[in-house]
Amino acid sequence: MIAELGHYALVLALSVAIVQATVPLYGAWRGDPGWIGLARPSAIVQCLLVVIAFAALMHAYITSDFSVLNVATNSHSAKPLLYKISGVWGNHEGSLLLWLLILVLFGAAVAVFGGNLPAPFRARVLSVQAMIGVGFLCFVLFTSNPFERLLPAPIDGRGLNPLLQDPGLAFHPPFLYLGYVGFSMAFSFAVAALIEGRVDAAWARWVRPWTLAAWCFLTTGIALGSWWAYYELGWGGWWFWDPVENASFMPWLAGTALLHSSIVVEKRDSLKNWTVLLAILTFSLSLLGTFLVRSGVLTSVHAFATDPARGIFILAFLIAVIAGSLTLYAFRAPAMKGGGLFAPISREGGLVLNNLLLSTACATVLLGTLYPLFLDAVTGEKITVGPPYFNATFGPLMVPVFLAMAVGPMLHWKRGDVLGAVQRLKFAVAASVIALFATLVFAFDGPWLAIPGIALGVWMIAAALEEAAYRIRLFRVPVADSLRRLWRSPRAAWGTTFAHAGAGMVIIGIVASSAWQVEKLQIMQPGESVSVGSYEFKFEGAAPIPGPNYEAVRGIFQVSRDGKDIAVMQPESRKYQDPPMDTTEAAIRTGWGGDLYAVIGDPTGDGSWSTRFYNKPMIHWIWIGCLTMVFGGLVSLSDRRHRVGAPVRGKAGAKTATKMSAGAKPPTPVVTK
Amino acid sequence: MSIEANDPNSEETPRRIWLRMVPLAVALLIGGFLFVGLNLRPKEIPSVLIGKDVPTFDLPALPGRPKGLKSADLKGQVSLVNVFASWCVSCRAEHPLFMKLKAQNIVPVHGLNYKDEGPAAIGWLQRYGDPYDRVGADLNGRVGIDWGVYGVPETFLISAEGRIVCKHIGPVMERDLQEKLLPAITALQKGGTAKC
Amino acid sequence: MLMPFMRNLITMVFVLGLAGSAWAVAVDKPMDDPVLEARARVIHKQLRCLVCQNQSIEDSNASLARDLRILVRDRIEAGDSDDETIRYIVDRYGDWVLLKPPVKSGTIFLWLGPVLFLALAVIFIFLWYRRRQTPVAAVNAPLSHDEQARLKSILDNGDRG
Repeated sequence: MIAELGHYALVLALSVAIVQATVPLYGAWRGDPGWIGLARPSAIVQCLLVVIAFAALMHAYITSDFSVLNVATNSHSAKPLLYKISGVWGNHEGSLLLWLLILVLFGAAVAVFGGNLPAPFRARVLSVQAMIGVGFLCFVLFTSNPFERLLPAPIDGRGLNPLLQDPGLAFHPPFLYLGYVGFSMAFSFAVAALIEGRVDAAWARWVRPWTLAAWCFLTTGIALGSWWAYYELGWGGWWFWDPVENASFMPWLAGTALLHSSIVVEKRDSLKNWTVLLAILTFSLSLLGTFLVRSGVLTSVHAFATDPARGIFILAFLIAVIAGSLTLYAFRAPAMKGGGLFAPISREGGLVLNNLLLSTACATVLLGTLYPLFLDAVTGEKITVGPPYFNATFGPLMVPVFLAMAVGPMLHWKRGDVLGAVQRLKFAVAASVIALFATLVFAFDGPWLAIPGIALGVWMIAAALEEAAYRIRLFRVPVADSLRRLWRSPRAAWGTTFAHAGAGMVIIGIVASSAWQVEKLQIMQPGESVSVGSYEFKFEGAAPIPGPNYEAVRGIFQVSRDGKDIAVMQPESRKYQDPPMDTTEAAIRTGWGGDLYAVIGDPTGDGSWSTRFYNKPMIHWIWIGCLTMVFGGLVSLSDRRHRVGAPVRGKAGAKTATKMSAGAKPPTPVVTK
Repeated sequence: MSIEANDPNSEETPRRIWLRMVPLAVALLIGGFLFVGLNLRPKEIPSVLIGKDVPTFDLPALPGRPKGLKSADLKGQVSLVNVFASWCVSCRAEHPLFMKLKAQNIVPVHGLNYKDEGPAAIGWLQRYGDPYDRVGADLNGRVGIDWGVYGVPETFLISAEGRIVCKHIGPVMERDLQEKLLPAITALQKGGTAKC
Repeated sequence: MLMPFMRNLITMVFVLGLAGSAWAVAVDKPMDDPVLEARARVIHKQLRCLVCQNQSIEDSNASLARDLRILVRDRIEAGDSDDETIRYIVDRYGDWVLLKPPVKSGTIFLWLGPVLFLALAVIFIFLWYRRRQTPVAAVNAPLSHDEQARLKSILDNGDRG
């Protein structure tokens, strides 16, 4: 019954979405306030309906209603509650429903909080948003219905894969989707602006917080995914340039470029044309990512062999959205021309350079990801484009980004002076030169690339800090003055500081953990010791440990350093019966200096065991850096200038939906404190 | 601050329209490739051994079963070599088809028992039927690597000269047999050439 | 990440038959000579695990990946050079096993692509800067009274802390 309710809610949501996609758009064109006014309530109703559908599916999962096919296939009554819940989106149909849920939540957020948007513009944004909704609702209803019944209902479900029961995996997809779908806001705003024929500073102010929020979610999602791969898959890798990883990385690159170019639109009323294009492309890449994952076109084990309709449908939708918006762009873009002049060497120029390099990097990842498909389609030849390709092409493209991102914030608007900026960064220059020599001295036997790599990371962090110090005039005015400036200077600037420093930390983590990783692989007898870098691993023995639904062997290793015992590590190797598979539970010990990583393998039969140890210096800097970047995003999001597009209560009501051209209404002053 | 579409200053030459069509064109091109890609099979890696002599190998028979398999056995007549294992689930799906081939006596089918245990393989053949003429036991999978095997089941069509003519990856289904393998087998048996 | 993992799982279970030990980490017996072992490991990292997605055989414990690792060690033990060892595997599985695609006619655009993109982007931006230098100033001028007021209110509102 509840499942049917969910299904019915989806059907209703589709009809509401169709209305929302057409009527307000027409109303905005005609200037009819009544029709324009339909946008907000329908966005909210559509959201409620999808929430009902999602709740219905979740109910089916929590109560283990195996008469629902989706639940029977993907859940099991013995699963812990958390994984019953995450099971909702751990499958094709459910994950699409989650996608949809997030989409309509964003739409409803515009309807509720977008009070200060000009009514016709808001109507257009919501209509575009609803068009995307129509596409996905059709996809769910016609090809991927999560509420399909299975009669007779089986006694229990089939999905009790222990490996999928992991907190990292449970929350990775929602964050990723919040990011992907969050970029739909930038897309809808861009298309609405194209229809309206104008982009201005106010537009950029409405778009930036949404883009920033989506970027924070996506960054978190990607970081969670790579962290999960690192600790669960058991071989210490954290990024594989897998097509599915690239699918989430491309929107991130484009979204990062968008964040930066919209600053120029906001502050200098320039780059409008490009920013609108970038907004369209960022969301297009999100859709492409969804398509690549959902269609299995790159990774296929014939995912669509059973139902080719899905692949065709989502591709048709993808092309309709992208081609439609880009056609609109081709004809309407001249309306966006304009704006403030600036010299190539200037703050704007720095942001242009950022966009140039990030877009090129993004195009490179796209090329590498799709090239096997191109070649297969054209010549039938099959090749692999693996990590070495991306390291060789993407890496060099990012080095100038990292070098320049330290200098950019120190340049003046309109016309800057690189030499002057670098002079103001003298401490950062000194810090990175010291880092260069320190690395040279302490790690001269490592790969030589590590030396400039570490210096680059230090440069980024030090320059971010020095820029902040410069901003608050630290040590140049009385300290109290500086503190006041620290409090007063805009949060968005602090966001930059954290995000840029975070990126530097990621670089240091990557460079240090890959350059100075120590790896030991050996056969050990109980009682034997192996030294891994400055650590000593003593094998105390291995014993079988019975698990709830597996048999495990646990190895016990006493780890010591300079003769002092510091830890006991107990990696396990498990054999599950149903489904039969072996897994490795690596033992990871995180310390200030980095991670120790121990794995126990198979017995050799004569009382010894194969073992594997790693010392990965500073690897956690990668994820701490990501968190710092997200924190920077959140700080920036809390900047009150970004709240122009966020809650303003009371004043902006239905009355604004009179005949009013988009630009005529001054933005409501934001009251803080 | 913003320039309306009818702004007299906006230089609207045809050249610039074309420039702005570039993103659209690129998107459509990629879309076209993705459409083609939906029908491609990226996991099926074509064998580089097609047209080459079968690798040199000599595998013992399964315990209690006569006739092992070696390179020389594949010369003299057209044959199929089926890579199978008792632990392989999809092998069961194609198995009845090989039983039928054997009953119809169209072409000899040899087995390459890949990384299996002798008794398990024998038990499997007793349970589901034994369609094979010769079966070589590839215990450590080394011969499988020489054949470029990367998944089980795989099936090779061998010409009378002992050359690999084609390779089918995954279980052989009725359709694969009728549309791909049988026509090729017939052509080869008549002394012609075949490709698939 | 999530998807490669589930996909591999599906591959393992449904398509290839479950050969066991798909998810255990690779821990096998190293060669006695550490120099040779180091060479083997470098080669392992360049070869793709055939049943996985973009993973090297070093990173996978699919049973075939393990067999290939052992094969690589055997070839090196037998005195093959690194190139000969890689050649040995490519002869059986094709260029597909190379994680770094070789430069050949089919991959020219793949390798030149990034350089081409960068060149195009630089040229485009160079032309854009040059074109903007002169006439655009006029475009910037006419602001309606309304718009000026609005701009002012936005800027005042935002840039003061």
